[in-house]
Amino acid sequence: MSNKIMDVIQWVDSRLPVIEFWEAHLSKYYAPKNFNFWYFFGSLALFVLVIQIVTGIFLTMHYKPDAALAFASVEYIMRDVNWGWLIRYIHSTGASAFFVVVYLHMLRGLMYGSFKYPRELIWIFGMLIYLCLMAEAFMGYLLPWGQMSYWGAQVIVNLFGTIPWVGDDIALWVRGDFVVSDATLNRFFALHVIAVPIILLGLVVAHIAALHTVGSNNPDGVEIKKNKDANGIPLDGIPFHPYYTVKDVVGVVVFLFIFSLVVFFMPEMGGYFLEHANFEPANPLATPEHIAPVWYFTPFYTVLRAIPNPFGGFLAMGAAIVVLFFLPWIDRNPVKSIRYRCALYKVNLAVFIVAFIWLGYLGMQAVTPLYSQLALRLSEIYFLFFAVLWIYSSQRSVKFYIGWFLVFTAIITGYDLFRVNEEIADLTWKTWIIPVAYIFVTLVVAAFTNLDKDKSVPERVTA
Amino acid sequence: MAEHVVDTGRRKMLTVSTSVVGAVGTAVAIWPFISTMNPSARALAAGAPVEVDVSKLEPGQKIQVEWRRLPVWIVRRSEEMISSLSDTDARVRDPNSEIATMQPAFAQNQIRAIKPEILVLVGICTHLGCSPTFRPEIAPEDLGPDWRGGFYCPCHGSRFDLAGRVYKNNPAINNLEVPPYKYLSENVLVIGELPEEEGAA
Amino acid sequence: MKTIIKLICVTALLYSSSGFAAGGSSPLFHVNVDVDNRQSLQRGAKLFVNYCLSCHAASYSRYKRVATDLGISDKNMRENMIFTNQKLGDPMIVAMTEKDGKTWFGGAPPDLSVRARARGADWIYSFMKSFYLNEKATRGVDNKMLPGTSMPHVMWELQGWQDLNPDYGHDKGSNKGNHGEESKPPFILVESGQLSEEEYDKAMTDLVNFMVYLSEPAQLKRKTIGVGVLFFLAALGILAYFMKRDYWKDVH
Repeated sequence: MSNKIMDVIQWVDSRLPVIEFWEAHLSKYYAPKNFNFWYFFGSLALFVLVIQIVTGIFLTMHYKPDAALAFASVEYIMRDVNWGWLIRYIHSTGASAFFVVVYLHMLRGLMYGSFKYPRELIWIFGMLIYLCLMAEAFMGYLLPWGQMSYWGAQVIVNLFGTIPWVGDDIALWVRGDFVVSDATLNRFFALHVIAVPIILLGLVVAHIAALHTVGSNNPDGVEIKKNKDANGIPLDGIPFHPYYTVKDVVGVVVFLFIFSLVVFFMPEMGGYFLEHANFEPANPLATPEHIAPVWYFTPFYTVLRAIPNPFGGFLAMGAAIVVLFFLPWIDRNPVKSIRYRCALYKVNLAVFIVAFIWLGYLGMQAVTPLYSQLALRLSEIYFLFFAVLWIYSSQRSVKFYIGWFLVFTAIITGYDLFRVNEEIADLTWKTWIIPVAYIFVTLVVAAFTNLDKDKSVPERVTA
Repeated sequence: MAEHVVDTGRRKMLTVSTSVVGAVGTAVAIWPFISTMNPSARALAAGAPVEVDVSKLEPGQKIQVEWRRLPVWIVRRSEEMISSLSDTDARVRDPNSEIATMQPAFAQNQIRAIKPEILVLVGICTHLGCSPTFRPEIAPEDLGPDWRGGFYCPCHGSRFDLAGRVYKNNPAINNLEVPPYKYLSENVLVIGELPEEEGAA
Repeated sequence: MKTIIKLICVTALLYSSSGFAAGGSSPLFHVNVDVDNRQSLQRGAKLFVNYCLSCHAASYSRYKRVATDLGISDKNMRENMIFTNQKLGDPMIVAMTEKDGKTWFGGAPPDLSVRARARGADWIYSFMKSFYLNEKATRGVDNKMLPGTSMPHVMWELQGWQDLNPDYGHDKGSNKGNHGEESKPPFILVESGQLSEEEYDKAMTDLVNFMVYLSEPAQLKRKTIGVGVLFFLAALGILAYFMKRDYWKDVH
């Protein structure tokens, strides 16, 4: 590097500590050397955030947040604006990509215990980011002002209406009108392009700052700061830059390859990323025959539909998200990585993933008697995952296991007795076995076997 | 770490080539974003050449059409109006329209038009962008006895004669602009396109 | 290049299982469209401006864009495709106002710019082939895909008139006409039009093809650009991978 450039850097650095920042967060930030495939998704999420912000800015230049003009302005972007179609497809695909990446990032946290001591706050910030993303995606989806945009927003905003006493007033306040209308579109636009992105950026900074304070976890769940050399550098650590920057570049390019496959060859992704009915302009007088939220909301949408009482469903859906915030205190086992955790955790997590995906699938389908029973059973499994995790993640007596098994069985059966009627009796009792079998394996079987025994954790990272 | 010898040449080569290819890709990817800010198909369509039929235009009458959102005036000049231009020659700043950017080549002369009787001008004052008013009358009270008909800008008082030529000692220093135009037939002209022989101009 | 595109499209098709959420019945017929077939698009455009554009607008699309994309000269477009005093750069709108539409058809005919994306090619193709005589309907004609539609059978001169086939759906196999089995057709032609059945199918394929193009004009170049992007990313990926491997020699 020539002297002139160094001089400029020196000049700046004496006024703003750029070198210190560079060293603290990149060239002298030590990350465990054993990051695997799952550790790409954090940097990818940041990358997608940048993509969304940049494409969003350019879309805002042409989009019109007016109920009379919005739909046409999106088609204007797709046809008349130079390269508008590309920017729009990147943004619409980016929305789904964001959730793919974030879900995998969260799964990584579940697998390697990244939410546990001392990283609870990182997890909390992450969950807040996830909440913001959901708000951002929901409000952004109204903007094209198609049939799905309109009726999706109508249904979700009406959820607030189910809150006793104040619900109707809250729903009215959110919409600013008696139905979703121009006023709603206008405010959702403001929130989508300014308010939520600012909060999101702040949370991302907090998320990374908290991470860099305690250091990264890794697939072995070993704290690398416990083993340092004479210079105070972690023995199992390597500087983030250049090692993980060059690695993440590969990750970004591979991601972009898959991303481009979607953008250029299947931007609608068969109706999952861009729903067909959304190519029909919003019509407040005619609901489409089949409304389904975009795929990333469907698991929670199924939980909502599983409870026949509207407010109950609303609460259940909220609880399904809120329970994740408490994960650091629900899972009390100090062993972080799934590699050294008991077989029970592996089975339990696998069941949880299957249940989550299945819930998502059901959320896209029309309701049938069988599906609505399955939706309830899978929702029960979703919540039981956390309940049994709380139980077996700490040393427990057989009595404790059996006791809770009986309590859960009583709750499930009790709710079934409360809701059952002639029409659904057959399906109710046939599917009753699903959650009961689940807690039988995770509690009763675990009580009498080694299923809940962890392996010993190594001192240093492996490989 | 780093106990074996690192081939720094190879590493440098790989880093530089990845960076260069990546930078080229980024530069290409930026192009669509910049390009979205250029006029869209809608803007281009709105700025498309405009056809005007002047067969019903009376001598001394002015009509206004919109081209690229600019007011474009079309005046049918009478014999007297055309001859007035010789009178004003001495009093205008640029009698032969020598500043090339203000009109197509065919209008770099006294009459500033393809057909002497049909005057086509962009109705925007070359001073600060107001739209002057058409004052065809001779020697009105407010414009003084020397006024031979022309255009008067109410904003800062710039005066132009009946070929859009600016008088000396005025706020504006350039003649009114003549847009590109051509005749499709005897009475139909199209504003926004040059005559074929001047296509390259 | 073409094979790669086709391969990718086939993969895309495999994933595109989710149905089109729209009113009316599920498609009776299947159509293979090919937006790279310019001749077909041109024929379809001709049908579209002659038969559809008198009532339906395609207001997000401009004549000029269609001319450029389909390789039709400006002059040809002006003389043969634009029937109003509209300019080449204008959107394809109709003279009929929404109010006229309500009086004449009980509702404004929908804009057709993005119709093919909302309904799907099969649905529109089936719709155009599913008009049949029905004394009970207001116009004496109904449509199996959208019962009670107020749209008249504008293509009757071409197709002729057809009746419902009373035997349809009674033969074994589903009423969707399974691929292997020879099932009875849903309609019987009772009065021939100017075109044979095969020619009519071909004409409707062209029309639907055009509407698929119309719903997303960018698709003509999107895939070509995509192939270039993928090749570039593959090259960059290989370089980046070797760079990463070289740096990581320090670690392993």
